[in-house]
Amino acid sequence: MSEMHPLLGSIVEQFDGVQWGLSSGQNVLFVPKALWRDVAQACKDAGFESLVDETAVDYLGKRDVRFEVVANLLSLRHNLRVRLRAQVPEDDTTVASLVPVYPGANFYEREVWDMFGITFEGHPDMTRILMPDDWEGHPLRKDYQVGTVPVQFKSSPEAR
Amino acid sequence: MSERTFHDVWVSGTEEPEWLLEATDEGAQKMQPEEPEERLLEQEGARVVDDYVVEEESPEDELMIINMGPQHPSTHGVLRLQLELEGEIIRRSKPIIGYLHTGMEKTGEQLTFMQGPTNVTRMDYLAPMHNELAFSLAVEQLLEIEIPPRAQAIRILMTELNRVSSHLVFLATAGMDIGALSMMLYGFRERESILAFFEKTTGLRMNHNYIRPGGVAADLPDGWEDDVEGIVEKVNRGVLDYEDLLKQNPIWLERTQGVGVVTAEESLAYGITGPNLRASGVNWDLRKAQPYSGIDQYEFDVPVGQHGDVYDRYRIRVQEILQSLRIVRQVADRMPKGDYRTEDRKVSPPPRARIDQSMEALIHHFKIYTGGVKVPEGEVYVAIESPRGELGAYLVSDGGTHPWRMHMRTPSFCNLQALPVAMADSLVADTVATISSLDPVLGDVDR
Repeated sequence: MSEMHPLLGSIVEQFDGVQWGLSSGQNVLFVPKALWRDVAQACKDAGFESLVDETAVDYLGKRDVRFEVVANLLSLRHNLRVRLRAQVPEDDTTVASLVPVYPGANFYEREVWDMFGITFEGHPDMTRILMPDDWEGHPLRKDYQVGTVPVQFKSSPEAR
Repeated sequence: MSERTFHDVWVSGTEEPEWLLEATDEGAQKMQPEEPEERLLEQEGARVVDDYVVEEESPEDELMIINMGPQHPSTHGVLRLQLELEGEIIRRSKPIIGYLHTGMEKTGEQLTFMQGPTNVTRMDYLAPMHNELAFSLAVEQLLEIEIPPRAQAIRILMTELNRVSSHLVFLATAGMDIGALSMMLYGFRERESILAFFEKTTGLRMNHNYIRPGGVAADLPDGWEDDVEGIVEKVNRGVLDYEDLLKQNPIWLERTQGVGVVTAEESLAYGITGPNLRASGVNWDLRKAQPYSGIDQYEFDVPVGQHGDVYDRYRIRVQEILQSLRIVRQVADRMPKGDYRTEDRKVSPPPRARIDQSMEALIHHFKIYTGGVKVPEGEVYVAIESPRGELGAYLVSDGGTHPWRMHMRTPSFCNLQALPVAMADSLVADTVATISSLDPVLGDVDR
């Protein structure tokens, strides 16, 4: 598959700065951060009913722009997948939340916040999901080393 | 009380029932006939049948928040639920997860691509084969290597057997949660024969590290045909027992029909996949839609439910066991001969005996086990149909021997989000039935 699916073509035409590409033979839309939710909405309107996955990657030392958010969309009707990718700079790690478009983004965005420290604007409950509430740092960042964090124990408030 | 009948899910390949012909794009969902108003009121506690008199209500005792878990026996692990109750009715609920988080995605970045399956196999501990397969397929797509037909057939054989064993645990635990204790014993009895076969083949009952990038770790043991035939017969016979126990059991029907309903639209919006999506009437199975490892050459049907309730989710699993056994039988009949892993020496190590004879083999062996396999730069998302839904592996490689980022899209994590939807405005007593019907595995949720 080296040609763009017409469905994706219609989305690319709607927006300035959205580009289509292939990555390992899979459809990818490169989205500017400011258009993140609008493109997702357009995708949903075009027939991508389901958001199957949303995550992030830390490209520390690899790229100029440090983070990238990745959303995998699936259209059951057209049997088509597309991956949205948006670059997120380190000094402005706020992205529009996809929860208003796909309610299923809820847990995923909480996980991305927990693991990478990327905040999602418009998310109903931006709290840690996997790590303890009082955890410091965001473990999946590349500058968060393995094995250097002392295990956190909570002391008993008084002798029993 | 209105007439309640048991209904069955539709299995593709058979004649389409009327309700499916009216299907829309969103699916063939149809609501359960509601119980008569009086009975509902009785259940909710609004209508009182004995001589107890409701006194004046005060605002304090309207809402109550209850914590269920993380150590509740029927939460299938360490899941905690906050339930906001109004009398006997759940108004809002919130699943709280993370108690089993072990940082496997971070660990995955420290392990080489060849060590990866050891790590991911521990995520969904009821379907380890599927985890390994998703990870291996992603690595292979980055490496752009061909997998020999025998390796592919073995992969399908093992994953489908694994699906059967996983669904057997579903039946066992769901039965136990709702009070059908004998179902628990039967389910685990049949599952044991599959685990014994896994142990014979891979050396371990769980966490096999059997499916690896490039193929599988070892060939099937001698006499595997008889073992597989025995399993197929035993489980087929077992399913007849389960049908006798549950299918028309009035208590079971009463506890499951119309309980924990998730509609097709809600399922799609929340990204639910797998049997839970099909129970809502959406005919979507990755094995049919986006086949992997040559599963399209085997004949099987996709069961589709109608009501999206607990009963349909249970029916789907029973039918899927039978369909998976069909696939297993076909694979066993047509098992191709040849290599069980690729002969590309840059990816799979040479046999031990070759190392004594060939310098090249020694070098390849040394390079693979000390440095690892270099995987070309790129990123890929590969999804397969696990017993719980779409299991995806998102891998980013920077051209080195370790993944730059390894993310697993685990189905339970996503399916669990729909729990508040399924439980909204239902009775507290149905909580347990709803949780077990969504079949979350907490290792899969927290990773």
